[in-house]
Amino acid sequence: MDGVLEARGVRKSYEGREVVAGIDLALAKGECYGLLGPNGAGKTTTLRMLLGLTAPDAGTISLLGHPVPQAAREGRIRVGVVPQMDNLDPDFTVSENLLVYGRYFGIPEKEVRARLPRLLEFAALESRANSRIQALSGGMKRRLVLARALVNDPDLIFLDEPTTGLDPQARHLMWERLRLLLRQGKTILLTTHFMDEAERLCDRLAIIDHGRMLAEGTPHALIAEHIEPEVVEVYGEGVEEWYAAQAKILAVRAELHGETAFCYLKDAAPVVANLKDHSSLRFLHRRANLEDLFLKLTGREMRE
Amino acid sequence: MSVVQALVAGRWVAVWRRNYLVWRKLAAVSIAGNIIDPLFYLLGFGLGFATMIPEVEGVKYIAFLAGGTICYTTMLAASFEALYSGFARMHVQRTWEGIMNAPVSLEDVVLAEWIWAASKSLLSGTAILLVAIALGLSQSWTMALIVPLAFLIGLSFAGMGLVMTAFAKSYDFFTYWFTLVLTPQMLLCGVFFPISGLPGWVQAIASSLPLTHAIAIGRPLFLGQWPDSALLHAGVLAAYGFGGFAIALTLFRRRLLA
Repeated sequence: MDGVLEARGVRKSYEGREVVAGIDLALAKGECYGLLGPNGAGKTTTLRMLLGLTAPDAGTISLLGHPVPQAAREGRIRVGVVPQMDNLDPDFTVSENLLVYGRYFGIPEKEVRARLPRLLEFAALESRANSRIQALSGGMKRRLVLARALVNDPDLIFLDEPTTGLDPQARHLMWERLRLLLRQGKTILLTTHFMDEAERLCDRLAIIDHGRMLAEGTPHALIAEHIEPEVVEVYGEGVEEWYAAQAKILAVRAELHGETAFCYLKDAAPVVANLKDHSSLRFLHRRANLEDLFLKLTGREMRE
Repeated sequence: MSVVQALVAGRWVAVWRRNYLVWRKLAAVSIAGNIIDPLFYLLGFGLGFATMIPEVEGVKYIAFLAGGTICYTTMLAASFEALYSGFARMHVQRTWEGIMNAPVSLEDVVLAEWIWAASKSLLSGTAILLVAIALGLSQSWTMALIVPLAFLIGLSFAGMGLVMTAFAKSYDFFTYWFTLVLTPQMLLCGVFFPISGLPGWVQAIASSLPLTHAIAIGRPLFLGQWPDSALLHAGVLAAYGFGGFAIALTLFRRRLLA
Protein backbone atom coordinates (compact mmCIF):
# COMPACT_ATOMS: atom_id res chain seq x y z
CA MET A 1 0.00 0.00 0.00
CA ASP A 2 1.66 3.23 -1.06
CA GLY A 3 -1.29 5.56 -1.67
CA VAL A 4 -2.07 8.66 0.38
CA LEU A 5 -4.62 6.84 2.50
CA GLU A 6 -5.96 3.31 2.17
CA ALA A 7 -8.37 1.33 4.29
CA ARG A 8 -9.50 -2.25 3.71
CA GLY A 9 -12.27 -4.03 5.58
CA VAL A 10 -12.12 -1.76 8.60
CA ARG A 11 -14.54 -2.68 11.39
CA LYS A 12 -15.24 -1.49 14.91
CA SER A 13 -17.76 -2.58 17.53
CA TYR A 14 -18.66 -1.01 20.85
CA GLU A 15 -20.36 -3.28 23.38
CA GLY A 16 -21.52 -5.69 20.71
CA ARG A 17 -22.88 -2.96 18.41
CA GLU A 18 -21.05 -2.66 15.11
CA VAL A 19 -20.42 1.07 14.56
CA VAL A 20 -18.18 0.62 11.53
CA ALA A 21 -19.06 -2.50 9.55
CA GLY A 22 -16.51 -2.75 6.76
CA ILE A 23 -15.12 0.45 5.26
CA ASP A 24 -12.92 0.32 2.15
CA LEU A 25 -11.45 3.44 0.66
CA ALA A 26 -8.38 4.64 -1.18
CA LEU A 27 -7.53 8.30 -1.69
CA ALA A 28 -5.49 9.48 -4.65
CA LYS A 29 -3.09 12.36 -4.24
CA GLY A 30 -4.73 15.75 -4.69
CA GLU A 31 -8.34 14.65 -4.53
CA CYS A 32 -11.07 15.69 -2.16
CA TYR A 33 -12.92 12.68 -0.81
CA GLY A 34 -16.12 13.07 1.19
CA LEU A 35 -17.72 10.79 3.75
CA LEU A 36 -21.43 11.59 3.84
CA GLY A 37 -23.73 10.14 6.41
CA PRO A 38 -26.41 11.02 8.93
CA ASN A 39 -25.50 11.58 12.58
CA GLY A 40 -24.29 8.35 14.14
CA ALA A 41 -23.41 6.75 10.78
CA GLY A 42 -19.85 6.04 11.93
CA LYS A 43 -18.06 8.95 10.26
CA THR A 44 -16.13 10.23 13.26
CA THR A 45 -15.21 6.71 14.45
CA THR A 46 -13.89 6.02 10.95
CA LEU A 47 -11.75 9.17 11.03
CA ARG A 48 -10.40 8.25 14.48
CA MET A 49 -9.38 4.83 13.22
CA LEU A 50 -7.75 6.27 10.10
CA LEU A 51 -5.70 8.59 12.34
CA GLY A 52 -4.72 5.75 14.66
CA LEU A 53 -6.55 7.15 17.70
CA THR A 54 -8.79 4.10 17.95
CA ALA A 55 -7.69 0.58 17.06
CA PRO A 56 -9.96 -1.19 14.54
CA ASP A 57 -11.25 -4.67 15.41
CA ALA A 58 -10.45 -5.83 11.87
CA GLY A 59 -9.01 -4.51 8.63
CA THR A 60 -5.85 -2.74 7.50
CA ILE A 61 -5.09 0.96 7.25
CA SER A 62 -2.17 2.76 5.65
CA LEU A 63 -1.69 6.47 6.36
CA LEU A 64 0.82 8.09 4.00
CA GLY A 65 2.54 4.72 3.73
CA HIS A 66 2.63 4.01 7.47
CA PRO A 67 0.69 1.08 8.89
CA VAL A 68 -2.00 2.23 11.34
CA PRO A 69 -2.33 2.02 14.30
CA GLN A 70 1.22 0.56 14.70
CA ALA A 71 3.02 3.54 13.13
CA ALA A 72 0.15 6.07 13.23
CA ARG A 73 2.32 8.63 15.00
CA GLU A 74 4.82 8.64 12.11
CA GLY A 75 1.92 8.97 9.66
CA ARG A 76 0.47 11.96 11.50
CA ILE A 77 3.69 13.94 11.05
CA ARG A 78 2.45 14.82 7.52
CA VAL A 79 -1.27 15.07 8.38
CA GLY A 80 -3.41 18.02 9.45
CA VAL A 81 -6.67 17.59 11.37
CA VAL A 82 -9.66 19.91 11.73
CA PRO A 83 -11.82 18.29 14.42
CA GLN A 84 -15.59 18.53 14.62
CA MET A 85 -15.51 20.60 17.82
CA ASP A 86 -13.09 23.49 18.13
CA ASN A 87 -10.34 22.67 20.58
CA LEU A 88 -8.27 25.82 20.32
CA ASP A 89 -6.31 26.74 23.41
CA PRO A 90 -8.42 29.42 25.15
CA ASP A 91 -5.47 30.57 27.26
CA PHE A 92 -3.45 31.61 24.20
CA THR A 93 -3.78 34.25 21.51
CA VAL A 94 -4.25 33.44 17.83
CA SER A 95 -0.49 33.48 17.10
CA GLU A 96 0.36 31.58 20.27
CA ASN A 97 -2.07 28.84 19.30
CA LEU A 98 -0.15 28.32 16.07
CA LEU A 99 3.28 28.52 17.73
CA VAL A 100 2.39 26.08 20.50
CA TYR A 101 0.82 23.65 18.04
CA GLY A 102 3.91 23.71 15.83
CA ARG A 103 5.98 22.42 18.77
CA TYR A 104 3.89 19.25 18.93
CA PHE A 105 5.33 18.42 15.50
CA GLY A 106 8.84 19.14 16.67
CA ILE A 107 9.14 22.05 14.22
CA PRO A 108 11.74 24.58 15.36
CA GLU A 109 10.14 27.75 16.70
CA LYS A 110 12.01 29.90 14.17
CA GLU A 111 10.45 27.98 11.31
CA VAL A 112 6.91 28.26 12.73
CA ARG A 113 7.44 32.00 13.28
CA ALA A 114 8.50 32.32 9.66
CA ARG A 115 5.31 30.54 8.52
CA LEU A 116 3.09 32.59 10.82
CA PRO A 117 2.28 35.53 8.49
CA ARG A 118 1.23 33.19 5.68
CA LEU A 119 -0.91 31.07 7.99
CA LEU A 120 -2.62 34.17 9.38
CA GLU A 121 -3.19 35.49 5.88
CA PHE A 122 -4.64 32.14 4.81
CA ALA A 123 -7.04 32.23 7.76
CA ALA A 124 -7.88 35.91 7.02
CA LEU A 125 -6.81 36.70 10.59
CA GLU A 126 -3.85 39.04 9.95
CA SER A 127 -5.40 41.76 12.10
CA ARG A 128 -6.24 39.30 14.86
CA ALA A 129 -2.78 37.86 15.55
CA ASN A 130 -2.83 38.98 19.17
CA SER A 131 -6.54 38.48 19.85
CA ARG A 132 -7.75 36.11 22.50
CA ILE A 133 -9.69 33.10 21.25
CA GLN A 134 -12.85 34.16 23.11
CA ALA A 135 -12.93 37.34 21.02
CA LEU A 136 -13.18 35.44 17.71
CA SER A 137 -16.39 34.65 15.82
CA GLY A 138 -17.32 31.06 14.98
CA GLY A 139 -16.02 31.44 11.43
CA MET A 140 -12.72 32.93 12.61
CA LYS A 141 -12.21 30.09 15.08
CA ARG A 142 -12.90 27.54 12.37
CA ARG A 143 -10.39 29.18 10.02
CA LEU A 144 -7.82 29.31 12.81
CA VAL A 145 -8.31 25.59 13.43
CA LEU A 146 -7.72 25.09 9.69
CA ALA A 147 -4.58 27.24 9.79
CA ARG A 148 -3.41 25.27 12.82
CA ALA A 149 -3.89 22.05 10.83
CA LEU A 150 -1.54 23.50 8.18
CA VAL A 151 1.25 24.42 10.60
CA ASN A 152 3.23 21.29 9.57
CA ASP A 153 2.55 21.81 5.83
CA PRO A 154 0.66 18.49 5.64
CA ASP A 155 0.13 16.32 2.55
CA LEU A 156 -3.23 15.07 3.78
CA ILE A 157 -5.89 17.02 5.68
CA PHE A 158 -8.76 15.51 7.67
CA LEU A 159 -11.80 17.72 8.16
CA ASP A 160 -14.63 16.55 10.40
CA GLU A 161 -17.74 18.60 9.53
CA PRO A 162 -15.72 21.74 8.77
CA THR A 163 -18.62 24.17 8.34
CA THR A 164 -21.20 22.95 10.84
CA GLY A 165 -22.59 25.91 12.75
CA LEU A 166 -21.20 28.61 10.41
CA ASP A 167 -23.21 31.33 8.69
CA PRO A 168 -23.33 31.38 4.86
CA GLN A 169 -20.56 33.98 4.48
CA ALA A 170 -18.22 32.05 6.75
CA ARG A 171 -19.01 28.78 4.93
CA HIS A 172 -18.21 30.26 1.52
CA LEU A 173 -14.89 31.62 2.78
CA MET A 174 -14.06 28.21 4.26
CA TRP A 175 -14.90 26.46 0.96
CA GLU A 176 -12.77 28.93 -0.97
CA ARG A 177 -9.81 28.16 1.32
CA LEU A 178 -10.30 24.42 0.94
CA ARG A 179 -10.34 24.74 -2.86
CA LEU A 180 -7.13 26.74 -2.60
CA LEU A 181 -5.53 23.88 -0.69
CA LEU A 182 -6.68 21.40 -3.32
CA ARG A 183 -5.11 23.57 -6.01
CA GLN A 184 -1.85 23.43 -4.04
CA GLY A 185 -1.99 19.65 -4.41
CA LYS A 186 -3.13 18.74 -0.89
CA THR A 187 -5.33 15.71 -0.42
CA ILE A 188 -8.48 16.20 1.64
CA LEU A 189 -10.73 13.77 3.46
CA LEU A 190 -13.84 15.43 4.82
CA THR A 191 -16.99 14.34 6.55
CA THR A 192 -20.16 16.34 6.18
CA HIS A 193 -23.91 16.10 6.19
CA PHE A 194 -24.27 19.17 4.00
CA MET A 195 -25.02 18.06 0.47
CA ASP A 196 -24.13 21.38 -1.13
CA GLU A 197 -20.75 21.23 0.59
CA ALA A 198 -20.09 17.73 -0.72
CA GLU A 199 -21.30 18.63 -4.20
CA ARG A 200 -19.07 21.73 -4.38
CA LEU A 201 -15.89 20.29 -2.95
CA CYS A 202 -15.70 16.54 -3.40
CA ASP A 203 -14.17 14.83 -6.41
CA ARG A 204 -15.46 11.56 -5.02
CA LEU A 205 -17.62 10.69 -2.10
CA ALA A 206 -19.02 7.76 -0.20
CA ILE A 207 -22.42 7.67 1.43
CA ILE A 208 -22.24 5.73 4.67
CA ASP A 209 -24.91 4.69 7.12
CA HIS A 210 -24.90 2.21 9.99
CA GLY A 211 -21.16 1.87 9.45
CA ARG A 212 -21.51 0.62 5.86
CA MET A 213 -20.66 2.25 2.56
CA LEU A 214 -23.88 2.42 0.57
CA ALA A 215 -22.46 4.04 -2.57
CA GLU A 216 -19.21 5.53 -3.79
CA GLY A 217 -18.28 7.64 -6.82
CA THR A 218 -18.26 11.14 -8.27
CA PRO A 219 -21.29 13.22 -7.22
CA HIS A 220 -22.71 13.39 -10.77
CA ALA A 221 -22.21 9.72 -11.52
CA LEU A 222 -23.86 8.75 -8.23
CA ILE A 223 -26.91 10.92 -8.91
CA ALA A 224 -27.20 9.61 -12.46
CA GLU A 225 -26.87 6.05 -11.29
CA HIS A 226 -29.40 6.09 -8.45
CA ILE A 227 -31.88 8.92 -9.09
CA GLU A 228 -34.22 10.01 -11.87
CA PRO A 229 -32.88 13.29 -13.35
CA GLU A 230 -35.82 15.56 -12.49
CA VAL A 231 -37.72 16.24 -9.28
CA VAL A 232 -41.01 18.01 -8.64
CA GLU A 233 -41.84 18.88 -5.03
CA VAL A 234 -45.54 19.50 -4.50
CA TYR A 235 -47.11 21.09 -1.43
CA GLY A 236 -50.18 23.04 -0.37
CA GLU A 237 -53.87 22.44 0.31
CA GLY A 238 -55.01 18.97 -0.81
CA VAL A 239 -51.58 17.54 -1.53
CA GLU A 240 -52.48 14.21 0.11
CA GLU A 241 -55.46 13.73 -2.22
CA TRP A 242 -53.43 14.72 -5.26
CA TYR A 243 -50.62 12.36 -4.23
CA ALA A 244 -53.03 9.44 -3.80
CA ALA A 245 -54.86 10.08 -7.08
CA GLN A 246 -52.19 11.40 -9.47
CA ALA A 247 -48.59 11.24 -8.30
CA LYS A 248 -48.15 7.51 -8.46
CA ILE A 249 -49.46 7.39 -12.01
CA LEU A 250 -47.47 10.33 -13.34
CA ALA A 251 -44.08 9.84 -11.67
CA VAL A 252 -41.54 7.02 -11.97
CA ARG A 253 -41.23 7.18 -8.21
CA ALA A 254 -43.18 9.29 -5.70
CA GLU A 255 -43.02 9.75 -1.95
CA LEU A 256 -45.15 11.71 0.51
CA HIS A 257 -43.31 13.12 3.49
CA GLY A 258 -45.14 15.36 5.91
CA GLU A 259 -46.91 17.91 3.71
CA THR A 260 -44.74 17.52 0.63
CA ALA A 261 -45.00 15.06 -2.24
CA PHE A 262 -41.72 14.26 -4.01
CA CYS A 263 -42.04 13.11 -7.62
CA TYR A 264 -38.97 11.69 -9.35
CA LEU A 265 -39.12 11.51 -13.14
CA LYS A 266 -37.20 11.42 -16.40
CA ASP A 267 -39.39 14.20 -17.83
CA ALA A 268 -41.34 16.52 -15.55
CA ALA A 269 -43.60 18.02 -18.24
CA PRO A 270 -46.70 15.79 -17.63
CA VAL A 271 -46.64 16.48 -13.86
CA VAL A 272 -46.15 20.20 -14.36
CA ALA A 273 -49.04 20.25 -16.86
CA ASN A 274 -51.24 18.31 -14.45
CA LEU A 275 -50.44 20.69 -11.59
CA LYS A 276 -51.70 23.67 -13.64
CA ASP A 277 -55.19 22.22 -13.10
CA HIS A 278 -54.77 22.20 -9.30
CA SER A 279 -54.66 25.85 -8.29
CA SER A 280 -54.42 25.13 -4.54
CA LEU A 281 -51.13 23.26 -5.00
CA ARG A 282 -47.75 24.85 -5.33
CA PHE A 283 -44.70 23.15 -6.70
CA LEU A 284 -40.96 23.35 -7.24
CA HIS A 285 -39.43 21.79 -10.35
CA ARG A 286 -35.68 21.14 -10.12
CA ARG A 287 -32.88 18.80 -11.14
CA ALA A 288 -32.12 15.83 -8.91
CA ASN A 289 -29.31 16.54 -6.46
CA LEU A 290 -27.15 14.81 -3.92
CA GLU A 291 -29.73 15.31 -1.19
CA ASP A 292 -32.26 13.21 -3.15
CA LEU A 293 -29.66 10.49 -3.46
CA PHE A 294 -28.72 10.76 0.22
CA LEU A 295 -32.34 10.53 1.37
CA LYS A 296 -33.04 7.64 -0.98
CA LEU A 297 -30.12 5.66 0.38
CA THR A 298 -30.32 6.55 4.08
CA GLY A 299 -34.08 7.02 4.48
CA ARG A 300 -36.02 9.93 5.89
CA GLU A 301 -36.39 8.96 9.54
CA MET A 302 -34.92 11.41 12.02
CA ARG A 303 -31.55 10.51 13.52
CA GLU A 304 -30.74 11.69 16.99
CA MET B 1 4.83 2.21 23.73
CA SER B 2 6.47 2.18 27.09
CA VAL B 3 6.54 5.21 29.33
CA VAL B 4 10.34 5.02 29.56
CA GLN B 5 10.56 5.31 25.76
CA ALA B 6 8.17 8.27 25.87
CA LEU B 7 10.25 9.92 28.58
CA VAL B 8 13.44 9.51 26.54
CA ALA B 9 11.83 10.55 23.23
CA GLY B 10 10.97 13.87 24.89
CA ARG B 11 7.82 14.72 22.95
CA TRP B 12 6.20 15.33 26.36
CA VAL B 13 8.37 18.45 26.72
CA ALA B 14 6.27 20.40 24.18
CA VAL B 15 3.12 19.52 26.13
CA TRP B 16 4.77 20.39 29.46
CA ARG B 17 5.86 23.66 27.95
CA ARG B 18 2.33 24.47 26.81
CA ASN B 19 1.15 24.17 30.42
CA TYR B 20 4.11 26.18 31.66
CA LEU B 21 3.37 29.00 29.17
CA VAL B 22 -0.25 29.19 30.32
CA TRP B 23 0.91 29.28 33.95
CA ARG B 24 3.43 32.00 33.15
CA LYS B 25 0.65 34.26 31.88
CA LEU B 26 -0.97 34.18 35.29
CA ALA B 27 2.19 33.56 37.30
CA ALA B 28 1.88 36.64 39.51
CA VAL B 29 -1.64 35.71 40.64
CA SER B 30 -0.69 32.07 40.96
CA ILE B 31 2.41 32.71 43.07
CA ALA B 32 0.53 35.18 45.26
CA GLY B 33 -2.09 32.48 45.87
CA ASN B 34 0.63 29.95 46.60
CA ILE B 35 2.11 32.24 49.23
CA ILE B 36 -0.87 33.99 50.77
CA ASP B 37 -2.94 30.92 51.63
CA PRO B 38 -0.24 29.02 53.56
CA LEU B 39 0.99 32.30 55.01
CA PHE B 40 -2.42 32.83 56.65
CA TYR B 41 -2.25 29.34 58.10
CA LEU B 42 1.26 29.87 59.35
CA LEU B 43 0.60 33.22 60.96
CA GLY B 44 -2.93 32.38 62.13
CA PHE B 45 -2.22 29.01 63.69
CA GLY B 46 1.43 29.64 64.36
CA LEU B 47 0.99 32.83 66.30
CA GLY B 48 -2.39 31.84 67.75
CA PHE B 49 -1.31 28.47 69.13
CA ALA B 50 2.09 29.80 70.13
CA THR B 51 0.50 31.31 73.25
CA MET B 52 -0.71 27.85 74.34
CA ILE B 53 2.04 25.69 72.81
CA PRO B 54 5.35 27.49 73.04
CA GLU B 55 7.38 24.50 71.84
CA VAL B 56 6.82 21.19 70.10
CA GLU B 57 9.54 18.54 69.95
CA GLY B 58 12.05 21.12 71.05
CA VAL B 59 11.30 23.83 68.44
CA LYS B 60 9.02 26.86 68.36
CA TYR B 61 5.50 25.86 67.29
CA ILE B 62 5.51 28.15 64.24
CA ALA B 63 8.74 26.54 62.97
CA PHE B 64 7.25 23.09 63.61
CA LEU B 65 4.14 24.12 61.70
CA ALA B 66 6.12 25.57 58.79
CA GLY B 67 7.74 22.21 57.98
CA GLY B 68 4.33 20.56 57.77
CA THR B 69 2.70 23.45 55.91
CA ILE B 70 5.28 23.33 53.13
CA CYS B 71 4.53 19.63 52.57
CA TYR B 72 0.77 19.97 52.52
CA THR B 73 0.92 23.04 50.28
CA THR B 74 2.88 21.03 47.72
CA MET B 75 0.36 18.19 48.11
CA LEU B 76 -2.50 20.56 47.28
CA ALA B 77 -0.68 22.22 44.38
CA ALA B 78 -0.15 18.93 42.54
CA SER B 79 -3.65 17.73 43.39
CA PHE B 80 -5.42 20.82 42.05
CA GLU B 81 -3.34 20.68 38.88
CA ALA B 82 -3.84 16.96 38.20
CA LEU B 83 -7.55 17.00 39.02
CA TYR B 84 -9.17 20.32 38.10
CA SER B 85 -6.72 21.67 35.53
CA GLY B 86 -6.01 18.23 34.08
CA PHE B 87 -9.73 17.55 33.68
CA ALA B 88 -10.21 20.93 32.03
CA ARG B 89 -7.49 20.12 29.48
CA MET B 90 -8.64 16.55 28.89
CA HIS B 91 -12.40 16.99 28.84
CA VAL B 92 -13.69 20.56 28.95
CA GLN B 93 -11.28 22.26 26.53
CA ARG B 94 -10.37 19.10 24.60
CA THR B 95 -6.77 20.23 24.62
CA TRP B 96 -5.49 16.65 24.74
CA GLU B 97 -7.55 15.74 21.69
CA GLY B 98 -5.92 18.56 19.73
CA ILE B 99 -2.46 17.51 20.85
CA MET B 100 -3.04 13.86 19.97
CA ASN B 101 -4.02 14.80 16.43
CA ALA B 102 -0.39 15.88 16.10
CA PRO B 103 2.32 13.19 16.24
CA VAL B 104 2.08 13.00 20.03
CA SER B 105 0.79 9.92 21.84
CA LEU B 106 -1.42 9.62 24.91
CA GLU B 107 1.64 8.41 26.87
CA ASP B 108 3.42 11.66 26.01
CA VAL B 109 0.42 13.74 27.12
CA VAL B 110 -0.19 11.97 30.43
CA LEU B 111 3.53 11.95 31.22
CA ALA B 112 3.63 15.70 30.58
CA GLU B 113 0.61 16.27 32.85
CA TRP B 114 2.22 14.24 35.63
CA ILE B 115 5.56 16.04 35.44
CA TRP B 116 3.85 19.42 35.08
CA ALA B 117 1.71 18.87 38.21
CA ALA B 118 4.89 17.95 40.10
CA SER B 119 6.50 21.09 38.70
CA LYS B 120 3.63 23.11 40.17
CA SER B 121 4.43 21.48 43.55
CA LEU B 122 8.03 22.51 43.15
CA LEU B 123 7.02 26.10 42.37
CA SER B 124 4.59 26.25 45.30
CA GLY B 125 7.00 24.57 47.69
CA THR B 126 9.79 26.95 46.73
CA ALA B 127 7.53 29.98 47.14
CA ILE B 128 6.41 29.06 50.65
CA LEU B 129 9.96 28.06 51.56
CA LEU B 130 11.14 31.55 50.65
CA VAL B 131 8.39 33.01 52.83
CA ALA B 132 9.47 30.83 55.75
CA ILE B 133 13.04 32.00 55.26
CA ALA B 134 11.90 35.62 55.10
CA LEU B 135 10.02 35.15 58.36
CA GLY B 136 13.25 33.85 59.86
CA LEU B 137 11.74 30.51 60.83
CA SER B 138 14.84 28.54 59.88
CA GLN B 139 18.23 29.17 58.36
CA SER B 140 19.59 25.71 57.80
CA TRP B 141 21.12 24.73 54.43
CA THR B 142 19.25 21.40 54.51
CA MET B 143 16.15 23.41 53.55
CA ALA B 144 17.44 23.47 49.98
CA LEU B 145 16.66 19.76 49.74
CA ILE B 146 12.99 20.58 50.21
CA VAL B 147 12.95 21.79 46.58
CA PRO B 148 13.53 18.31 45.08
CA LEU B 149 11.35 16.83 47.83
CA ALA B 150 8.48 19.10 46.72
CA PHE B 151 8.83 17.63 43.22
CA LEU B 152 8.67 14.09 44.60
CA ILE B 153 5.61 14.93 46.73
CA GLY B 154 4.09 16.38 43.56
CA LEU B 155 4.75 13.19 41.58
CA SER B 156 3.19 11.17 44.39
CA PHE B 157 -0.06 13.12 44.68
CA ALA B 158 -0.36 13.92 40.97
CA GLY B 159 0.03 10.21 40.14
CA MET B 160 -2.86 9.35 42.42
CA GLY B 161 -4.85 12.42 41.39
CA LEU B 162 -4.68 11.49 37.71
CA VAL B 163 -6.51 8.25 38.57
CA MET B 164 -9.41 10.41 39.77
CA THR B 165 -9.22 12.54 36.62
CA ALA B 166 -9.39 9.41 34.47
CA PHE B 167 -12.64 8.42 36.20
CA ALA B 168 -14.23 11.87 36.42
CA LYS B 169 -17.42 12.80 34.60
CA SER B 170 -17.46 16.35 36.02
CA TYR B 171 -15.61 18.60 38.44
CA ASP B 172 -18.03 17.68 41.26
CA PHE B 173 -16.45 14.24 41.48
CA PHE B 174 -13.23 15.76 42.81
CA THR B 175 -14.91 16.90 46.03
CA TYR B 176 -14.73 13.27 47.20
CA TRP B 177 -10.99 13.17 46.70
CA PHE B 178 -10.46 16.39 48.60
CA THR B 179 -12.83 15.72 51.52
CA LEU B 180 -12.24 11.99 51.89
CA VAL B 181 -8.56 11.67 51.00
CA LEU B 182 -6.65 14.94 51.19
CA THR B 183 -8.30 16.76 54.12
CA PRO B 184 -7.96 13.71 56.44
CA GLN B 185 -4.27 13.59 55.55
CA MET B 186 -3.88 17.25 56.40
CA LEU B 187 -5.41 16.53 59.82
CA LEU B 188 -3.87 13.12 60.57
CA CYS B 189 -0.41 13.17 59.04
CA GLY B 190 1.30 15.60 61.39
CA VAL B 191 0.94 19.02 59.74
CA PHE B 192 -0.40 20.70 62.90
CA PHE B 193 0.74 18.31 65.66
CA PRO B 194 3.09 15.35 66.00
CA ILE B 195 1.43 12.03 65.18
CA SER B 196 3.26 10.44 68.11
CA GLY B 197 0.56 11.87 70.40
CA LEU B 198 -2.30 10.14 68.53
CA PRO B 199 -3.88 6.80 69.56
CA GLY B 200 -2.04 3.74 68.22
CA TRP B 201 -4.62 2.79 65.61
CA VAL B 202 -4.71 6.33 64.23
CA GLN B 203 -0.91 6.29 64.02
CA ALA B 204 -1.14 3.01 62.11
CA ILE B 205 -3.49 4.60 59.56
CA ALA B 206 -1.38 7.76 59.37
CA SER B 207 1.80 5.81 58.73
CA SER B 208 0.23 4.28 55.61
CA LEU B 209 -0.58 7.69 54.12
CA PRO B 210 1.83 9.49 51.78
CA LEU B 211 1.66 12.91 53.47
CA THR B 212 3.04 11.37 56.69
CA HIS B 213 6.09 10.23 54.74
CA ALA B 214 6.44 13.60 53.06
CA ILE B 215 6.47 15.34 56.44
CA ALA B 216 8.84 12.75 57.89
CA ILE B 217 11.41 14.03 55.39
CA GLY B 218 10.36 17.65 54.98
CA ARG B 219 10.08 18.76 58.60
CA PRO B 220 13.56 17.64 59.71
CA LEU B 221 15.09 19.14 56.55
CA PHE B 222 13.37 22.43 57.31
CA LEU B 223 14.64 22.40 60.89
CA GLY B 224 18.20 21.56 59.88
CA GLN B 225 18.17 17.89 60.87
CA TRP B 226 18.86 14.84 58.76
CA PRO B 227 15.64 12.78 58.49
CA ASP B 228 15.59 9.18 59.76
CA SER B 229 14.97 6.52 57.09
CA ALA B 230 14.74 9.20 54.38
CA LEU B 231 15.07 6.65 51.60
CA LEU B 232 12.26 4.52 52.99
CA HIS B 233 9.93 7.53 53.17
CA ALA B 234 10.93 8.68 49.70
CA GLY B 235 10.33 5.13 48.46
CA VAL B 236 6.76 5.17 49.81
CA LEU B 237 6.09 8.52 48.09
CA ALA B 238 7.53 7.19 44.84
CA ALA B 239 5.49 3.98 45.11
CA TYR B 240 2.25 5.93 45.48
CA GLY B 241 3.21 8.21 42.62
CA PHE B 242 4.41 5.59 40.12
CA GLY B 243 1.62 3.18 41.08
CA GLY B 244 -0.99 5.89 40.63
CA PHE B 245 0.48 6.97 37.30
CA ALA B 246 0.52 3.42 35.94
CA ILE B 247 -3.14 2.89 36.90
CA ALA B 248 -4.12 6.32 35.55
CA LEU B 249 -2.44 5.65 32.20
CA THR B 250 -4.32 2.37 31.80
CA LEU B 251 -7.60 4.13 32.62
CA PHE B 252 -6.89 7.02 30.24
CA ARG B 253 -6.16 4.54 27.44
CA ARG B 254 -9.50 2.88 28.08
CA ARG B 255 -11.32 6.18 28.23
CA LEU B 256 -9.73 8.03 25.32
CA LEU B 257 -8.41 5.43 22.86
CA ALA B 258 -11.26 2.89 22.91
